[in-house]
Amino acid sequence: MSETLLEVKDLKINFKTYAGIVQAVRGVNFDLKQGETLAIVGESGSGKSVTSNALMKLIPQPPGIYDQGQILFEGRDLIPLTEKEMTKIRGNEIAMIFQDPMTALNPTMKVGKQIMEVILKHNKKATRDSAKKRAIELLDEVGIPFPEKRFKQYPHEFSGGMRQRVVIAIALAAEPKLLIADEPTTALDVTIQAQIIELMKKIQKNSNTSIIFITHDLGVVANIADRVAVMYAGQIVEYGSVNEIFYNPRHPYTWGLLGSMPDLENSEDELLRTIPGSPPDLTNPPKGDAFAPRNEFAMQIDYEEEPPMFQVSETHFAKTWLLHPDAPQVPIPEAVQKRIDGYLAKDGVKHV
Amino acid sequence: MSEKILEVKNLTQQFGSIKAVDGISFDVYKGETLGLVGESGCGKSTTGRSIIRLYDMTDGEIRFKGEDINGKKSKRDLKEFNREMQMIFQDPYASLNPRMTAGEIIEEGFEIHGLYKNRKERKEKIGSLLEVVGLNREHANRYAHEFSGGQRQRIGIARALSLNPSFIIADEPISALDVSIQAQVVNLLKELQRKHGLTYLFIAHDLSMVKYISDRIAVMRRGKILELGTSEEIYQNPIHPYTKSLLSAIPLPDPISESTRVRIPYEHEDTDAEATMHEVFPGHFVYGTDQQIAKWYK
Ligand SMILES: Nc1ncnc2c1ncn2[C@@H]1O[C@H](COP(=O)(O)OP(=O)(O)OP(=O)(O)O)[C@@H](O)[C@H]1O
Ligand SMILES: Nc1ncnc2c1ncn2[C@@H]1O[C@H](COP(=O)(O)OP(=O)(O)OP(=O)(O)O)[C@@H](O)[C@H]1O
Ligand SMILES: [Mg+2]
Ligand SMILES: [Mg+2]
Repeated sequence: MSETLLEVKDLKINFKTYAGIVQAVRGVNFDLKQGETLAIVGESGSGKSVTSNALMKLIPQPPGIYDQGQILFEGRDLIPLTEKEMTKIRGNEIAMIFQDPMTALNPTMKVGKQIMEVILKHNKKATRDSAKKRAIELLDEVGIPFPEKRFKQYPHEFSGGMRQRVVIAIALAAEPKLLIADEPTTALDVTIQAQIIELMKKIQKNSNTSIIFITHDLGVVANIADRVAVMYAGQIVEYGSVNEIFYNPRHPYTWGLLGSMPDLENSEDELLRTIPGSPPDLTNPPKGDAFAPRNEFAMQIDYEEEPPMFQVSETHFAKTWLLHPDAPQVPIPEAVQKRIDGYLAKDGVKHV
Repeated sequence: MSEKILEVKNLTQQFGSIKAVDGISFDVYKGETLGLVGESGCGKSTTGRSIIRLYDMTDGEIRFKGEDINGKKSKRDLKEFNREMQMIFQDPYASLNPRMTAGEIIEEGFEIHGLYKNRKERKEKIGSLLEVVGLNREHANRYAHEFSGGQRQRIGIARALSLNPSFIIADEPISALDVSIQAQVVNLLKELQRKHGLTYLFIAHDLSMVKYISDRIAVMRRGKILELGTSEEIYQNPIHPYTKSLLSAIPLPDPISESTRVRIPYEHEDTDAEATMHEVFPGHFVYGTDQQIAKWYK
């Protein structure tokens, strides 16, 4: 069994805004082993980016507040660390690929130089020549054509997806222990996406890097993740191995997500399935289960008391009262089950 | 098929030594959705930006409703063009002013075009637009920088819809959204199209969504359109090897099959002969040399 690299315990993060206090992250718990990939999926605005920025201690204060909890990286809590101590960890032991590539790039510095700087900073033995060579190699590895020419250009001369690949090259240049990737491939076409994922897997295998991968693309999750956390309204509502989440989802929000995807067989005339209603206002989170108003299976208790994490298997947990022994048995909705059965039949598998 | 709303002829856009768009031609018919997919950096956004006149094109001609978009225009016609054609921008961070509230961002267009002059009516319209894109009314008073990536993208969508356009260039409008909100936005776009006959140029990377929403699809690579046809044709009967490679890389929400996925890599072949567009089936175009087409088509 490999060692635990990261443990997040009861993390709560608020933002003070004009409209009130936004409770962006409301008690998040998870851990990550060395060499493991955790995918975080979930509603837009549910706190995925805030959670991952917090791991780098990049929440601006104010307006942000680390209200509660611990972030144990190799057993050491990052929350009380000073900015100076964090600078040593950032980019070095923990590297991040941001959702917005422009925040990570210096618009006035040539792309190649930005990559070289990271290499020189993290590898004391590197010379300017070897760093340049490695930077061009990295640009090539992330699929940028004519890397020598591109090396000398500024970020604004790159397309959206190419900028993102530069950010990926910079993060990989540091060979971190933990790589946090916030929607790294969202802006990329599927072939380059596949190429980048293969590259990340290769680097992970070579240096036993742990990866936190945030994405909306459930196909990518199925491809890259060992484990999956599903977030809703500032909390993790379901947590399990990739097979458990895709073939035996237990939380009604996860059902909603899996049901909303078009598959390639979808007919164009039918509308896609959606989750009715809208997410709660996090300045004033509802009592009970935050998902209740959108859950067609909600019970009285959902409006009164927040559900605990119920255990489904040794590795699989879901935060819904539907798993309480006294709750009525609610099967996975037919449309979702049909799709799962379809995949399993194609894979030649009976039960998972 | 119905009338052409947009005609793009030989569009070329050069930045320094880079030909971002290299002489592409296509038409968009009124009321249809044309999907534009392809390699990152192949010129999709540049194409969209040229159509909406954000760039002066290097060469070529673009006609919207029969009129040359770069021809001489009266102030009034220009304003009308700017209302009728809207773009949802790829980068929700760069395209919204972080110091403005969501409400102000939407209101800006009303101001310019003198719409909903009554304050109450205006406020009501802003609230309903926010709801239409899955945000809530209270969000009108929040600043752009206080929103998550996907929330910002939806403000951009609300802004584009606010002026009742007839043609929308949607540049990666949904990739920053979770799948349930993606479905909501796509349903909304479809419904608007059915009710008001809107036309879309839909740029995206998510090929299952592109297939679902598009009537026809154009596949681009390195500034050129390599294949163009109905969604059905492109998915069932792809001919260009690049299209085949793209289709083979679509990840599915099925971990077991993903663990054994085999991609078809694409190897570009340089040729001496000149490549041209070939109509291999009525309405199905493939770019290549005569020899290549004969080989691929077997
Ligand atoms: N600087 C800020 N000030 C106020 N509220 C904020 C700030 N940053 C984030 N939030 C709020 O915190 C919540 C979580 O945001 P976060 O960016 O983590 O969402 P996300 O899950 O990454 O969403 P997406 O999928 O759209 O990127 C959102 O409701 C957002 O509006
Ligand atoms: N303002 C600019 N100055 C210089 N080069 C540019 C500019 N805008 C785009 N380019 C270049 O033009 C080419 C096409 O870029 P474009 O943004 O159109 O690609 P795209 O197909 O939209 O890619 P993506 O899927 O990554 O968004 C790229 O090589 C890019 O580097
Ligand atoms: Mg985010
Ligand atoms: Mg683009």
